[in-house]
Amino acid sequence: MHQLTLAEIARGLAAKQFSSEELTRTLLARIQALDPQLNAFITVTEALALEQARAADVRRANGDNSLLLGAPIAHKDLFCTQGIRTSCASRMLDNFEAPYDATVVEKLAAAGAVTLGKTNMDEFAMGSANENSYYGPVKNPWQLEHVPGGSSGGSAAAVAARLLPATTGTDTGGSIRQPAAFTNLTGLKPTYGRVSRWGMIAYASSLDQAGPLARTAEDCALLLQGMAGFDPKDSTSIDEPVPDYTATLNDSLEGLRIGVPKEYFGAGLDPRIGERVQASIRELEKLGAVIKEISLPTMQHAVPAYYVIAPAEASSNLSRFDGVRFGYRCDSPVDLTDLYKRSRGEGFGPEVQRRIMVGAYALSAGYYDAYYLKAQRIRRLIKNDFMAAFQDVDVIVGPTTPNPAWKLGAKGSDPVAAYLEDVYTITANLAGLPGLSMPVGFADGLPVGAQLLAPYFQEGRLLNIAHRYQQITDWHLQSPEGF
Amino acid sequence: MQWEVVIGLEIHTQLSTQSKIFSGSATTFGAEPNTQASLVDLGMPGVLPVLNEEAVRMAVMFGLAIEADIRPQNVFARKNYFYPDLPKGYQISQMDHPIVGKGHLDITLEDGTVKRIGVTRAHLEEDAGKSLHEDFAGSSGIDLNRAGTPLLEIVSEPEMRSAKEAVAYVKAMHALVRYLGICDGNMAEGSLRCDCNVSIRPKGQAEFGTRCEIKNVNSFRFIERAINSEVQRQIELIEDGGRVIQETRLYDPNKDETRSMRSKEEANDYRYFPDPDLLPVEIAPAFLEAVRASLPELPPQKRERFQSQYGLSAYDATVLASSREQADYFEQVVALCGDAKLAANWVMVELGSLLNKQGLDIEQSPVSAEHLGGMLVRIRDNTISGKLAKVVFEAMANGEGTADQVIETRGLKQVTDSGAIEKVLDDMLAANAEQVGQYRAADEAKRGKMFGFFVGQAMKASKGKANPQQVNELLKRKLEG
Repeated sequence: MHQLTLAEIARGLAAKQFSSEELTRTLLARIQALDPQLNAFITVTEALALEQARAADVRRANGDNSLLLGAPIAHKDLFCTQGIRTSCASRMLDNFEAPYDATVVEKLAAAGAVTLGKTNMDEFAMGSANENSYYGPVKNPWQLEHVPGGSSGGSAAAVAARLLPATTGTDTGGSIRQPAAFTNLTGLKPTYGRVSRWGMIAYASSLDQAGPLARTAEDCALLLQGMAGFDPKDSTSIDEPVPDYTATLNDSLEGLRIGVPKEYFGAGLDPRIGERVQASIRELEKLGAVIKEISLPTMQHAVPAYYVIAPAEASSNLSRFDGVRFGYRCDSPVDLTDLYKRSRGEGFGPEVQRRIMVGAYALSAGYYDAYYLKAQRIRRLIKNDFMAAFQDVDVIVGPTTPNPAWKLGAKGSDPVAAYLEDVYTITANLAGLPGLSMPVGFADGLPVGAQLLAPYFQEGRLLNIAHRYQQITDWHLQSPEGF
Repeated sequence: MQWEVVIGLEIHTQLSTQSKIFSGSATTFGAEPNTQASLVDLGMPGVLPVLNEEAVRMAVMFGLAIEADIRPQNVFARKNYFYPDLPKGYQISQMDHPIVGKGHLDITLEDGTVKRIGVTRAHLEEDAGKSLHEDFAGSSGIDLNRAGTPLLEIVSEPEMRSAKEAVAYVKAMHALVRYLGICDGNMAEGSLRCDCNVSIRPKGQAEFGTRCEIKNVNSFRFIERAINSEVQRQIELIEDGGRVIQETRLYDPNKDETRSMRSKEEANDYRYFPDPDLLPVEIAPAFLEAVRASLPELPPQKRERFQSQYGLSAYDATVLASSREQADYFEQVVALCGDAKLAANWVMVELGSLLNKQGLDIEQSPVSAEHLGGMLVRIRDNTISGKLAKVVFEAMANGEGTADQVIETRGLKQVTDSGAIEKVLDDMLAANAEQVGQYRAADEAKRGKMFGFFVGQAMKASKGKANPQQVNELLKRKLEG
């Protein structure tokens, strides 16, 4: 039963082949048995899951056949869940039970999805390996000594290990797409503003966007359908109708113009990945797509621009964690300064502290123009590059990551080395574009992902291309040994 | 050395919206601590701000009233600093792109001349909560009811040259925001607060001296005293060979002195940057025009109209138009009694001194405009004399009802029956036969003085109720005869 995709589960539940409660019990048992190897969950919400599953079965018995009704999911542990610990994988929020539900949580619960738990992540979503968690690193089910990617590493590892069919994640610089690539999943970062950020604990507000992780594009379409939509509580959410993502999955790719940026295949790319991605492009050609080489010249400036803007916003977003109203508070502070210093010093891990310092520096008087404003200018140039490229092509294809998953601890001492791994993914966040990563093969047993980028609100197109690709390939059906 | 004082003011006005600037919580003053603080006001993880359009409308209204430049786009920025009553660790404010640009406000100085004070800018921001340092042995309490209340911070040019000018400016601004209905102006509750930037320079010198900022002065009287004591301090400092250091100071009204709070070096680096949770605010031309159309008549226009429509003096028009409530009260009284000069006198003199004595604002007046207007009708139709009217007015102030009710129950109706008045006069003259003799023997000049004595006696005998004009005429006839 654990091998079923979300779509298969929907069909099975509709055909009454099994109940949501049976399915939920099976998966909870699987989590209990296997997660200790992976550390993908911070909190397993067994009681809530069974209650939601039984309620879904009642709705089903009353004739409700909603697609997500009774479908098991889990949320990255930065979505606020009322009465349930919402930790952001930080000591700072280890004791924090959110007093409300995030819009994403509320919408999926209303659609009948069953929440099995809260998944592990890099602390406050800062990291590309899920090594920065107060609850310990997550292991990659494909090779346990390797990282699963980050920051949505727990969400990715849990789905890859067939602990459940789909999870929510968030993507600020690649935090859905990169772990999807590292664990052989399909992961989608929607257009900025497509999914509400209300209740999603912010890392970098202008870049953060929630999206689905699943084994297939079809499952991503199902989950995104439940997440997307305008939310008056989020001023940056966009009032644009949500199309039926499953309706266009099988659209023809005949004449689809695919742009391949030459900069994506330059120095720094593992040749095994380059080769797999090129092979996937040939498959898309077979489906009728037309390939064009394009150029995205400002891409080289993306990493430095991102590592100014994201920490700058983070330094401000994380100021509310001060030990005064909620979260971690140091023991017996002597005065206010001591309360702030020790609560934050003890509550935040080293990578979070590093980014707060970098961000505060970039915003400080005398440096603001040289760092923050310049980074914003680069951001506009990157966006302009994409807008120009999308005049000639419908989508852009390239590698999701320059390298496959590295070994745990391999980059621990060099944060910049880890930052450079985000080179292909962060441009979509800087420009606000939708991006999807899909499995396109393996490099010595480790999964390889290809990234598709499209113009604003073309999530349906991305899912359509990935789905058609998955109809003629079986990379996404491979499962890791032992799971 | 002759010193010139240079003053610039920052006025924080709490906008009287129903709900907060970025959340749906109520803004009522004085509620139980933390009962008006929502998830957003508490700065809970994951919450987001949504701009209250009413605050934007009020700010635009203000901008139009000071003839300011309202730009098509304004931007909210984060001002970052740590303080326990600042829940998010940053205040949402505006920095590079405020909603209201350059404008001006005219103030009337004591000698009656009008001075135009430039307004540099006005921007929207959220208020912080309050730290409560009493009642919490060894710690502080935090009340976040006020957190997120919309503020319009109005920054003036350094164009005031005395504490009196500064107070005139604050009073004019106070009147304006109340005219516009965008702030209740209650300074005791902190609805309008003032930071004063003060420096001095030798008379004739072009460049400014080093300024000090006196934070949070909360009454007209304290603004004047705080500025004067700060000016005195700076003069003494410089004349003793010292140097003014740029710093933030606090005014202590008990000691009537300012004292240092923090120096420029200790000042926070606020690390302003555009708030990524809020989009730039677009002010559409149609919105701007709709707000313009909704502007009420403002003090300058009202002053002019009072002079042309009612024939009031410039002084009377200025006093009556100084607050919207007073102007409305006056016009209500005029409408009832039909005599603008009479109404102006009563509103400014009798009502003015009553309110002053009781420390009340006109909207709390114990005598309503209807009651006062009704009484003036009775003066005009000779039911009561001006003198008796003061008795009626006092009775109305004590809650004895309308003028007609007071006149009735107290029997204050003026006697206009000539026969009755003649009787009173005859009795009075008989009782003062000696004086009558002297009067008749006296020359013109002396008679004039003595006549007053007989009028006084007659009014006294009639308990003030005899119509004074009739008393005059009849008395003259009787004494001559």
